[in-house]
Amino acid sequence: MSMDSVFRALADPVRRQLLDRLHARNGQTLSELCEGHGMTRQAVTKHLAVLEEANLVVTQRRGREKLHFLNPVPIHEIADRWIGKYERSRLRALAGLKRNLEGKSDD
Amino acid sequence: MTERFLYVTYIRTTPEKLWDALLKPEFTRAYWMGVWHDCDWNKGSPWKLMFPDGRVADAGEVVEIEKPKRLVLKWRNEFRPELREEGYSRCVIEIEQAGEVVKLTIIHEIDKPGSKFIEAVSGGWPKILSSLKTLLETGTTLPPSANCREVENKATSG
Repeated sequence: MSMDSVFRALADPVRRQLLDRLHARNGQTLSELCEGHGMTRQAVTKHLAVLEEANLVVTQRRGREKLHFLNPVPIHEIADRWIGKYERSRLRALAGLKRNLEGKSDD
Repeated sequence: MTERFLYVTYIRTTPEKLWDALLKPEFTRAYWMGVWHDCDWNKGSPWKLMFPDGRVADAGEVVEIEKPKRLVLKWRNEFRPELREEGYSRCVIEIEQAGEVVKLTIIHEIDKPGSKFIEAVSGGWPKILSSLKTLLETGTTLPPSANCREVENKATSG
């Protein structure tokens, strides 16, 4: 569940396309995900396993079916690690600007 | 058709600590955009998610509770009329030990195709879970950022 596995999973265009398809419609079966891919079921299964290993795809059983869901949490953790910092300073700057414009002191 | 989102994160903590972090106001205020649960945590009890300023963000009922493993809430938005009218969603929170870490699963679903509520929730949970993981693993949180403001703005403009 390391960040390495997330980047490795995202490094392949087919896997990103699978995530796109889940983003468009969450909770699909393997058969649904195979449609229109021009790939064997086996190949799609293999890609899904890499995505599951990275926790980018999670599954849930519904009766006989196994549904696949996009799990965006690891991507958000990556964003928090690097982007969050800049967002915070941007917001601090905006807060300071607002204080100055409104003529309020820090207290 | 049910609209469903499933979120999973793995956190280096214990199920008991994670349970407290999810339910107790002193924790949720720190990582969950300042909100807190107003609830006595008994099966069938009313449940409310409160904004820091005292307005009700969401409300519903405790459907199932099994500390520190499983919590099911009936959940409806209360501050945006167009989301409120979609009615109740169902949120399932599951905690399980997975080796040295704890697996947290959140399933949020509603029986309404194209639900705007679920769409709003789908953006919120990953932020909350990421911040929760940071809190439990490092003892610090990311300060309230744009997320909080977005919610507040929607609250006042919605």
